[in-house]
Amino acid sequence: MKVLMVDIDKCTGCRACEYACSFAHDGEFNPLNSRIHISEFLDDFVFVPTYCTQCDEAYCMDVCPTKALTRSQSGVVELDYDKCIGCKQCVIACPWGNIKLSSDAKRVIKCDLCGGEPECVRVCHAGALEFVDVEDAVLGKQIRAAANIKRSAVAGV
Amino acid sequence: MVGGYAGKILRVNLTEQTISTEDINLKWAEDFIGGRGYGERLLFDEIDPRIDPLSEENKLIIATGPLGSTTAPSSGRVMVITKGALNGTMACSNSGGHFAGELKRAGYDMIVIEGKAEKPVYLWIYKGQVQIRDASKLWGKNTKETDKLLKRFTHPEASTLQIGPAAEKLSLISNITFDGRRMAGRTGIGAVMGSKNLKGVAVKGHLSIRVADKERFAKAVYQARDILSKDAFSGKGGAKYGTAVLVNVINKAGGLPTRNAHDAYFDNAASISGERLTKDHLIKAEACDSCSIACGRVTQITSGKYANNKGVGPEYETIWAFGAACGVDDLDAIVMANYLCNEYGLDTISAGATVACAMDLFEAGYIPKSDIGFDLRFGDADAMVEAVKLMCEQNTDFGRLLAKGSYRLAEHYGHLEFSMSVKKQEFPAYDPRAIKGIGLEYATSNRGACHVRGYTIGAEVLGGLDKSSYEGKAKLTKKLQDLTAALDSSGICLFTTFGLKAKEIAELFAAATGFDCDKDEFVKKGERIWNLERIFNIKAGFSADDDRLPERMEKEPIKSGPSKGEVANVSEMLSEYYSLRGWDKNGIPTDKKLKELGLEGLL
Ligand code: SF4
Ligand code: SF4
Repeated sequence: MKVLMVDIDKCTGCRACEYACSFAHDGEFNPLNSRIHISEFLDDFVFVPTYCTQCDEAYCMDVCPTKALTRSQSGVVELDYDKCIGCKQCVIACPWGNIKLSSDAKRVIKCDLCGGEPECVRVCHAGALEFVDVEDAVLGKQIRAAANIKRSAVAGV
Repeated sequence: MVGGYAGKILRVNLTEQTISTEDINLKWAEDFIGGRGYGERLLFDEIDPRIDPLSEENKLIIATGPLGSTTAPSSGRVMVITKGALNGTMACSNSGGHFAGELKRAGYDMIVIEGKAEKPVYLWIYKGQVQIRDASKLWGKNTKETDKLLKRFTHPEASTLQIGPAAEKLSLISNITFDGRRMAGRTGIGAVMGSKNLKGVAVKGHLSIRVADKERFAKAVYQARDILSKDAFSGKGGAKYGTAVLVNVINKAGGLPTRNAHDAYFDNAASISGERLTKDHLIKAEACDSCSIACGRVTQITSGKYANNKGVGPEYETIWAFGAACGVDDLDAIVMANYLCNEYGLDTISAGATVACAMDLFEAGYIPKSDIGFDLRFGDADAMVEAVKLMCEQNTDFGRLLAKGSYRLAEHYGHLEFSMSVKKQEFPAYDPRAIKGIGLEYATSNRGACHVRGYTIGAEVLGGLDKSSYEGKAKLTKKLQDLTAALDSSGICLFTTFGLKAKEIAELFAAATGFDCDKDEFVKKGERIWNLERIFNIKAGFSADDDRLPERMEKEPIKSGPSKGEVANVSEMLSEYYSLRGWDKNGIPTDKKLKELGLEGLL
């Protein structure tokens, strides 16, 4: 199984992921309809991408009265628009703000990992977003942390 | 369907306090692309080229291109078009950031600002509502604070533009800042905004931008991104070192103007290099809308007398201006001068070059110490920062004089030849004696000396051309000027040309808009824009006499380094350039050329 991972240190705040996401899903560019969101914290120049992490215990799924939200074999919480009655309970239930209303208020939208080839990952040149095997999800961070330890060790600190 | 554009122009008259919208003119969109080109066509139509830039009659146009608010690479450019305060040319300065996208999604390709508000105001644009609001709480605030407050007063995710205190006091070298961190720097556009009593604009978009052909556009985007990821600068170097990577490169070529261009080689370049900046100051790289290059520098000063300051930049040009141009090799001081200019809202190229000019005049004995208050010598980092403070604050006569730029400074002390400028605008960080083509570019650039109207450096220093030869430089300059005019107008960043050619950019434009356009047609549009700017300038009173470098470039050979002994002789290239352009020997476009470009009747 693969997971969408983010490395906040690498994010440059370019928002290409927001543009690409909205274009891939709706054929037009509108970050308000992007399933990934970049928050800017300008005092420290930190940019934080947030998106649905397909919770194991998904509150949105639990709360949905019509079972419009189900888990696919690959672990993605998917929304069946034929069953959705637009009650927005999932939007309320999601503690992260990762299910939201489209900007025309007509649909509930959430990340579907683009059927296994996330467009945000494709467009992210900075390498802040990765779609990786779950076994390797934190490998990059582990190696980076280890490299710091190694540097101190070599320096004899 | 025509895609790419938002479709509407927002017009705000600050005198009448009126707001109106109009549809974009699709013929102008096709002929002039958008942004720089379309905005200039509009300005050309609406103002008399002879007006005083700081008068109520001048207009300020904030414009975007058809590629903005998409995944097209580095498509966050926003352009400010006006009659420039520094020199009265057709001025267009551009900035990156995220403003262009928000403005387009608010429904407008551009804002035309007219008249003058009675008291300081700012604009808030959201969901079809445009408010002219009282800015008395913002007046006097620096750019960073203003950005923060504008977001607080309007929407936490609004994008903003603002002027700092320098433009409020009408400094002729003041800029316009976007989101407190990106600047449209040159030609004194900040002063035009200040003269209108407009402190800032906040905008939040809610609409979608569509392109004409989705599949074709997506394909063009990923092709372009692929090419860019393979180039050394746009792939990795830009994020790692920013533009400052050029300090060592240009110095090694013997083309780094030093001590107000008495020389073109700076012995201590290594201590102010991009490599050094990355090591000592860089916190992280920051990017504009959809940009994979991420040249933006978030930096801090960690030690010494300026410790604990934090901000953005410096760019290569800025390091040069406060560094080599002033003979200063203290990177902390350069970074500090850069922060000051950012906060007060000054163009760092003109600011640093003006300090260099002042140092030169002081050392020659033309400025008495009593005017300045301290010794202002080349190489004195503390004095450089103090001079920048005077310029920023404008609370002494000398400070006010510095804030007018080097031309007025040198004129005031009776020695115009000390101003390293063309059409009153200071030239940037490439020495025209060492690198011949850039001299022609400085001399002919429609907004005064400038490197980003036709960046010949790519071919002359980083590419294969002989930088010391005049041959082929007229052709190169024209070609790059035309391509850049078109590229600017499309809304993507000049740095994409590290990888992309006219072909790929034209394809992005055609796929987005649906206009039939190949690479030749695209460059032709650029040529049309270039000629329109020239016509405006002619009508404003400029002539071939103004296509000239400062006499030091012709008379004073470079003293040291690899280009030792060289001088610049622009006239060698100028007549060839005029003829390639289809202009007569006085630099005036011929009727034939005007007809070919569809500009007949405008001159
Ligand atoms: S595309 Fe990557 S670098 Fe750009 S904003 Fe998204 S996560 Fe950050
Ligand atoms: S809005 Fe649709 S998906 Fe969400 S809880 Fe209601 S029915 Fe289920």
